[in-house]
Amino acid sequence: MKKLDYPFSVEAVRELKVGDMVLISGKLFTGRDAVHKYLHDGNKPPVDLKNQIIYHCGPVTLQDKKGKWTVTAAGPTTSIREEPYQWEVIRDYGIVGVIGKGGMGQKTLDACKQYGCVYFHAVGGAAQVLAEKIKSVDGLYLKEFGLPEAIWELSVEDFPVVVTMDSHGNSLHKEVETSSKEMLNKLL
Amino acid sequence: MTKKAAKKKASKKVSPKKLDSKQQTMESLVELIRITSTVVPDDVFKAITTAAKNEEKNTIADYAMGIIKTNIDLAKYKSQPLCQDTGTVIFYIYHPPSFHQTPFKELIKKSVTLATKKGYLRQNSVNSLTGENAGTNLGEGHPSIHFYEHKGSEVEVKLVLKGGGCENVSAQYSLPDTTLGAGRDLEGVRKVILDSVHKAQGKGCGPGALGVCIGGDRADSSYFAKKQLLRKLDDKNSHKDLDKLEKEIVETCNKLGIGPMGFGGKTTLLSCKITSANRVPASFFVSISYMCWAFRRQGIVMNKNFAIKKWLY
Ligand code: SF4
Repeated sequence: MKKLDYPFSVEAVRELKVGDMVLISGKLFTGRDAVHKYLHDGNKPPVDLKNQIIYHCGPVTLQDKKGKWTVTAAGPTTSIREEPYQWEVIRDYGIVGVIGKGGMGQKTLDACKQYGCVYFHAVGGAAQVLAEKIKSVDGLYLKEFGLPEAIWELSVEDFPVVVTMDSHGNSLHKEVETSSKEMLNKLL
Repeated sequence: MTKKAAKKKASKKVSPKKLDSKQQTMESLVELIRITSTVVPDDVFKAITTAAKNEEKNTIADYAMGIIKTNIDLAKYKSQPLCQDTGTVIFYIYHPPSFHQTPFKELIKKSVTLATKKGYLRQNSVNSLTGENAGTNLGEGHPSIHFYEHKGSEVEVKLVLKGGGCENVSAQYSLPDTTLGAGRDLEGVRKVILDSVHKAQGKGCGPGALGVCIGGDRADSSYFAKKQLLRKLDDKNSHKDLDKLEKEIVETCNKLGIGPMGFGGKTTLLSCKITSANRVPASFFVSISYMCWAFRRQGIVMNKNFAIKKWLY
């Protein structure tokens, strides 16, 4: 088990390899379809994303009477939908980590290598375990996209993920797809 | 007895017309939704526990299964959804002949809205043309409700919450499929099922469970495939050849090394359930419904007052 602590940096994520189990502590910014399209279209992010991690997640959130937000469910959403945008977002805004599920494609893998970024896979469906690791909600941006689509600034502690695409051109998704295909051909 | 009086008597038995039985029906249905969304059925829990034990220790597959198990415990303990995608809400209702479907449908809709307010279901239903989310989980086709008349005197309600990620990797093939070399026989069926599992990789939040239908038109084929998800994972197919095929598919898939979440590992599939339907000579469809590890399925038998008499899974 490895640890990745805030503040994050390109150097720190370059150390990580495919297959590493990592506990992340510090800040995460959620962002899914609307945010990625917005950034990709050239709009400046409302908060500096340099050396930050983006989490593909549309959290279920509750606000109490005093206006304080809590996250009640926070599993990852399918990342591949951001494939057309992700590489530019990595290049232009200096993101060093992306968390999601299902993995991403070659363009993102190339961007990870070139600019120093890692794709972390969270366990899909583990909404309760992951919500427990969120210690506070520290900011809410681009609320106009709707709450699940907005950028949520979250503080997390020991948020469990697995590196499935590293900054050295390796992708577990590619590996498993190829090896399972070879096996399938043998068994057919 | 006049016709009206006879009707009244019959409806007393099975129709939720009286106010208190309405309330009781809704209470039972909301409880069914709560349990379905927050607790995996026993047979699924058993299969997941076995799968978790089988993974090699200290691998990422083992790690993923550990998180899945903790999530199952936590969701039950906190009475909160296992997964935030509470899926398409699908009801299967088995009722006696004198039962009134329309008022029951209305109560289902009300219960779904209430369960959404209580947080057992996410606001998960979107108008396909406008993108609007009414926040109630109601709309054209939502929830999905199927009625069946049965011989028994009791009302049985089964519920499946079918997630989007796993629905997206579900598939339908038309045989023969020349690229896969799949002909119109069980061997061809086997090939396309295996292909669908390979294509899904970890994207359907595996380890997964399959419901399959061989035959039917496109619509019925998908419908019957999904309905196979109502079977308990440890049951046995009464059709000898299908039983054999079910077992063989699970064994073969678990040799592919796709594993939990597609991380690589021993368990890719928890189960495979297959049925068949007649087809026209020109068509041969095979439909595959992929269900994620967050296999949410439950059912109740209602007593004559519409209270929950028994849980089905
Ligand atoms: S596929 Fe299942 S476990 Fe995965 S996110 Fe969707 S509903 Fe949740």
